[in-house]
Amino acid sequence: MKFLKSLIIASLFGLSAVAANAATLDDVKTKGFIQCGSNPGLTGFGVPDDQGNWTGFDVDFCRAIAAAVFGDATKVKFSPLNAKERFTALQSGAIDVLSRNSTWTMSRDTTLGLTFAAVTYYDGQGFMVPNKLNVKSAKELNGASVCVQTGTTTELNLADYFKANKMEYKVVAFEKNEEVLKAYQEGRCDVYSTDQSGLYAEVLKFTNPGDHMVLPEIISKEPLGPVVRQGDAQWFNIVKWVHGAMLNAEELGVTSKNVDEMKASTNPEIQRLLSVKVKNPDGTDADNDFGKGLGLGPDWAYNIVKMVGNYGEVFDKNLAQLKIARGKNALWSQGGLQYAAPIR
Amino acid sequence: MTGFVRTIDAPKLSPPKGEVGLIHTLRHRVFNSAIGGVLAIAIAALLFWTAWTIIDWAFFRGVWTAPDRELCNAEGAGACWPFIKARSLQWVYGFYPSAERWRVNLVYLIGAISLAGLMIPAIPFKTWNALFFFLLYPVIAFFLLLGGKFGLTLVETEQWGGLLVTLVLSVTAIVVSAPLGILLALGRRSEMPIVSLLSTIFIETVRGVPLVLVLFMAANMFPLFMPPGVNPDKLLKAVIGTSLFASAYMAEIIRGGLQAIPKGQYEGAQAIGLSYWKSMGLIIMPQALKVVIPSIVNNFISLFKDTSLVTVVGLFDLLGIVQTGFNDPKWASAQTSNTGYFALAVIYWAFCFSMSRYSQFIERKLNTSHKR
Amino acid sequence: MTQQSDDQRNSSAPVRGGVDLLYSPKLRGIVSQLIVLLLLAGGIYWIVTNTQANLVKLNQNFGFDFLNKASGFDLSTSLIQYSSDSTFSRALLAGFYNTALVSILGIIFATIIGFIVGVMRLSKNLVVSSAATIYIEIIRNIPLLLQIFIWYALVLKPLPGTKQAINFFDTVFISNRGIIAPHVIFGEGSWISVTLLISALIGTWVFRRWSRKRQEATGQILPAWWISIPIIIAAPILGLLIAGWPLIWDYPVLSGFNFKGGVTLVPEFIALFLALVIYTATFIAEIVRSGIIAVSHGQSEASHALGLDNGKTLRLVVIPQAMRIIIPPLTSQYLNLTKNSSLAVAVGYPDLMYTAGTVNNQSGKAIEVYSIALVVYLTTSLVTSLLMNWFNARVKLVER
Repeated sequence: MKFLKSLIIASLFGLSAVAANAATLDDVKTKGFIQCGSNPGLTGFGVPDDQGNWTGFDVDFCRAIAAAVFGDATKVKFSPLNAKERFTALQSGAIDVLSRNSTWTMSRDTTLGLTFAAVTYYDGQGFMVPNKLNVKSAKELNGASVCVQTGTTTELNLADYFKANKMEYKVVAFEKNEEVLKAYQEGRCDVYSTDQSGLYAEVLKFTNPGDHMVLPEIISKEPLGPVVRQGDAQWFNIVKWVHGAMLNAEELGVTSKNVDEMKASTNPEIQRLLSVKVKNPDGTDADNDFGKGLGLGPDWAYNIVKMVGNYGEVFDKNLAQLKIARGKNALWSQGGLQYAAPIR
Repeated sequence: MTGFVRTIDAPKLSPPKGEVGLIHTLRHRVFNSAIGGVLAIAIAALLFWTAWTIIDWAFFRGVWTAPDRELCNAEGAGACWPFIKARSLQWVYGFYPSAERWRVNLVYLIGAISLAGLMIPAIPFKTWNALFFFLLYPVIAFFLLLGGKFGLTLVETEQWGGLLVTLVLSVTAIVVSAPLGILLALGRRSEMPIVSLLSTIFIETVRGVPLVLVLFMAANMFPLFMPPGVNPDKLLKAVIGTSLFASAYMAEIIRGGLQAIPKGQYEGAQAIGLSYWKSMGLIIMPQALKVVIPSIVNNFISLFKDTSLVTVVGLFDLLGIVQTGFNDPKWASAQTSNTGYFALAVIYWAFCFSMSRYSQFIERKLNTSHKR
Repeated sequence: MTQQSDDQRNSSAPVRGGVDLLYSPKLRGIVSQLIVLLLLAGGIYWIVTNTQANLVKLNQNFGFDFLNKASGFDLSTSLIQYSSDSTFSRALLAGFYNTALVSILGIIFATIIGFIVGVMRLSKNLVVSSAATIYIEIIRNIPLLLQIFIWYALVLKPLPGTKQAINFFDTVFISNRGIIAPHVIFGEGSWISVTLLISALIGTWVFRRWSRKRQEATGQILPAWWISIPIIIAAPILGLLIAGWPLIWDYPVLSGFNFKGGVTLVPEFIALFLALVIYTATFIAEIVRSGIIAVSHGQSEASHALGLDNGKTLRLVVIPQAMRIIIPPLTSQYLNLTKNSSLAVAVGYPDLMYTAGTVNNQSGKAIEVYSIALVVYLTTSLVTSLLMNWFNARVKLVER
């Protein structure tokens, strides 16, 4: 009977919890860490080493959020997710933010109940073929078998591309990236297709990387970025502005190495980024705290830059090993597309 | 009077030639008919060829020492054993920090000792040992592995992996499924129509859907059915999924055991005035559980094998952690995955085969006591 | 508790009625069932409200309208016409057909191999029986998922590329794209052949019933098999001849990267099929063995005494009796095989579980998509159980 009573109490308690409807930030603060959906293994973007330490561009972005929220970049747990699982995991609340090279599309914004907070990486879909196939252009791929990962935009673009060019193809789609690679190398298909950054990352795992080449065509726009659930504007803003702060920091020349000196800077933009208090002429402090609007502490951006780095630092740290150039991901001032709204 | 009764034994004659030994076996048990002989030769040839291919690949062409993938990648190279050597600790402990691995070892050790005490019939204190193993041991193991209390550093479940996760999943599922399965089996046989209907629906539903589906729903959809903010650990969700799954199968096994108990036992228990729970707990269950021990061991074997499915939902169990090793650019070669899968097959086989042998042993042992 | 009630019963007569009511098993049963029902209803209500609240927060609503949207993705193999322009519901249907294909073929072949190996294990021939034992003991102790991965590697590795495909008279090609065979298209007039086949089937069935009756009446045995099989084979051929051979063969031709035309069995299917068959056959073999052992030895001795040879004894005396023991566990193996086919996701064979995952990913309707998958798997299990129960009832011992 005691058991029954406790069950009834538990269910009543549960019912009342529905009404409470906690926001993601409060949730995250109570549990003390951010649950971040990551790629199960894409070199340069999100991959665990043999000690279980995660490295990568997307993974560092989650660390930056943790730095902003907790002032501690390690307060983040990673859930490795397949392409097929990722949106369900985010929808259901199994993760707080998805940072797993996911492409921003209209239907994902409108029908999945999710919303993309920023574009952290501009990418496009490419093709890789074995050298021995003697193919120089994607236009020559009529009738080819193409290995892709299922549950991605890659799969959809492929159908579009071949249809638009009136070519035929056979799709061979796998759940896990490793299986795609293995099948491609075993000769199960002629072509391997994924985002171009992925092609550069995956070729490292190949048995004979020299035997394969990337075709020049880029067949799609792939704006990749972090995703959050709809209906939580505060959390959305935090994720969006973590990216904003990283970009602004790079623009202003604030790096993890010089951020402490920069606190003394008289540049008002840097002062606003780092929430440096400015003295009014009458001697009182003027509030310069932009973290408050996000529900975060004044050191939010300082912590991001100090603990993780600015956008350029994170990019170079993770993607230089893949020999990926900044290209479209350069700052707007250097001819790229990375452009953040000002902090003011 | 002297009779024709022989007082001395006749000298012992050796059996006729060709009736014993290898020749006899060959003649009567292999080449006893033309078709049988041809079949035997064909099958033996196939067996030897398979065995030779594997041995040649594993030993003669196998690469035994290499700093990285270079040698394994060479044309004609066989098994890539250095890869296994480089990864073996990770297979056992996952990403568990090396300074804390003694905790895992301790858990393995306590479990092994307690289990040996349970499994070897000659060792006394069975009841106490069972109570320890099913009640106290999970608690001890939980705190030892997770830490965060009693001065132990916290090791998040994200860092668990490999054999550790496989064992945690299968042992927890079997321990949890035992009481749940008993309740469900009793429920299904209950005379209360609603209870019986609900138990039946639960059992048949769970048995009717694939485990992958259950695991996917547990891992990715579970929080959708919960109040906001309720989101158990990923490993815990997998444990819940496998435990529910296992309890439905356990229920059917126990129901089989209950059906094997003669009706007289139920009536006898009622006749001496025992309540339902007392008659179940003191009379029926002890007999039924004894009958179904082999089936429970078999259920555990299939559960142990089935835990490999958690790889599909992104947990690093034994299979999952071996597969992540294939991605290491240092070791990615044409033979890496073959070697990994081969080693895995041997490991799983050793576990399951010894358990199934044990189940047969216990079945024989229990059988004698029931012989009339 | 019970002790107390007994005391009360004996000491205080006046309250006896009330106590009886409190401890009446019937009333307690009803009350506890009501509690269970209430708890269950509460639990369901709780889950539904939670889900609703969560969906509202996501601006999602429950519904199946999305099934009519274009899917946008292709499948590597499908039994029905399917392209990226087809709807989500058609994608799920294609997935279901693929599950059905691998399950039905798997069940048939696993049964055949299982029966052969089960009988082999009981063989007097030492080599034959130990080979069967080795096979069973190795295969059934390795997880199926691992075996699927191993089979996929084993299937892909030795197969040549399309240009070097193993060629059987330009009709069947085997390469790492799969087994490609000619595809037959039935032209006009094929209905004659189908009608003839159906009438031949009905005819032989009637004939066999008649011959059995005749055997019971007169003792004469007609070679029913040898008469009916040729008829069944000849009838559709005759029909085709009458219609002027309306078959159109679509031969596979190598063009560019791939073969065009024909039907393809993709390597993913082959790997999954092999793994399922070889794994499940070990369990079926054990079931068959224990079923045969359970048939009393006197039965086969009596059969031998009647002059039946080994094969006939097995076929006519032992197996029919063993079937009664074999069928119930065989049913659960069939169900297991069907459920295990969902491991297709591991090698990318587009079965129901795989397509459900992709549809969910593109539409974001997790609850709807997976409830469809759940219901389909449950229904399949239920139908298989019902079929096997019906079969079981047929072979059951008819007792007086």
